[in-house]
Amino acid sequence: MLIRRAPRFTSNDVTDETLYWNRREWIAAAAATLALLPGEGAAAAPAGPPLKAARNEGLSLKEPPTKFDAATTYNNFYEFGVNKDDPARLAHTLRPRPWAVQVDGLVHTPKTFDVDELIRLHPPEERVYALRCVEAWSMVIPWIGFPLGALLRRVEPTGQAKYVEFTTLLDPNQFPAQRRGFFGFSSLDWPYVEGLRLDEAMHPLTLVTVGMYGQVLPNQNGAPLRVVVPWKYGFKSAKSIVRIRLVAEEPKTAWNKAAAQEYGFYSNVNPEVSHPRWSQATERRIGEFRRRPTLMFNGYADQVAHLYAGMNLKALY
Amino acid sequence: MPRRARLALKALVWAACLAPLSWLVYRFATDDLTANPISFVTNTLGDWTLRILLASLTMTPLRIVCGLAWPIALRRLLGLFAFFYVCLHFSVWIVLDFFFDWPRMWEDIVKRPYITLGMLGLLSLLPLALTSTRGWIKRLGARTWTRLHRLAYLAGVLGCLHFLWLAKVGRTDQYWHAATLALLLGVRVVDAGLRFARRRRRAASTVPA
Repeated sequence: MLIRRAPRFTSNDVTDETLYWNRREWIAAAAATLALLPGEGAAAAPAGPPLKAARNEGLSLKEPPTKFDAATTYNNFYEFGVNKDDPARLAHTLRPRPWAVQVDGLVHTPKTFDVDELIRLHPPEERVYALRCVEAWSMVIPWIGFPLGALLRRVEPTGQAKYVEFTTLLDPNQFPAQRRGFFGFSSLDWPYVEGLRLDEAMHPLTLVTVGMYGQVLPNQNGAPLRVVVPWKYGFKSAKSIVRIRLVAEEPKTAWNKAAAQEYGFYSNVNPEVSHPRWSQATERRIGEFRRRPTLMFNGYADQVAHLYAGMNLKALY
Repeated sequence: MPRRARLALKALVWAACLAPLSWLVYRFATDDLTANPISFVTNTLGDWTLRILLASLTMTPLRIVCGLAWPIALRRLLGLFAFFYVCLHFSVWIVLDFFFDWPRMWEDIVKRPYITLGMLGLLSLLPLALTSTRGWIKRLGARTWTRLHRLAYLAGVLGCLHFLWLAKVGRTDQYWHAATLALLLGVRVVDAGLRFARRRRRAASTVPA
């Protein structure tokens, strides 16, 4: 006897694609109407211009993404302020276009790219990644971007290049919290600098990210271009990058300079290595009530554990 | 101070101390407790515990420095509200944050110094709340009761250390709170020193040389 199974399909298959892609314009139009009402506006995240990208299913989590509102209103982006709502509130001060990214250092062909040129050169794809913050909360985000490795190969690193250093824009006019406060106080030493080992940077999971949730990257999430390194704590994924430099020495990174005993250079997600002041064994997935156990390398152990073979992960946290 | 004015003042303190909680309830009702409600509620309750505790520790310095008598009448009320907020703060941690996961909570109390200090701070407020009635002042005697209630200073110190220790690099609130506490305790130290010197001078002048 022949048993036919019902074909599996998603809403993508039933909704006409043009309608599907236009939905954000409808949302934008609705949001614009709302913005005219008194008392609304600033708090509501505006729907950005759409950015089309096919999902890379093989590299995507099967879990449902965190709500867009949560991912755009609950952010750590100290250039805007230390509170979670500061980035969404002040993001309009950042001007993400036009934007140049300098890629240089120990490379054969250093070059400065316009961000839109980069997107043309490297057609982006969507990847649903887990994001684990060092503060023990997490999200699931459909990022849009391309592998950093592709960009690095384009500029041809020399044999001396061992690390990649990312520098975030330094401009107190666009990042209000880069101005000094009382007694010359500054939360971090600006500009924000992050870094990866070259093999980490070349890993296919490491994503240069230019969008999320089907749209251009919102300012509060690191527009116009950031990296996403899903097996490391969130602060390793530098935002609003203006320079990518290949270097021979381990870069001096922002959080490591601020508190070396708390934030190591590697900062791989590791439930067995506590932050000196709190446990990393569990996390709260935003939108969920109960804590869930944190996974080694944030669940990406199969793909990345080999990068750290033989390393003492307690000493090199 | 007339009775009516004192009642009005107390009503004002009640309203002010219940405002943060009402605001949380309002934000809960309007689904506006941020993307991480448990963390937000815990932090907000902790912030207000410390603020109200510092307010209660401001009453005596107001008398010392400005010579005002009425702040003393508000001290107990403020102290009890601080205790009320710390109980809420602690309950949220037990129920919402860890959902009665006792082994993990115990591990955190022992292993994380900031939680240890917070717990000690709460415990040091407990006898103060229990003996806050007029009956207990009588039972203990004014002297013993006053001495016991100096635990409030310890609670203030523990609360500030708890905050200093848990705050992330780059924040500043914790320093302002600690500086306020240092000022409030400093006023008492200077006052005690001056009184001691005055007593000695008086004693010296009555003793014939």
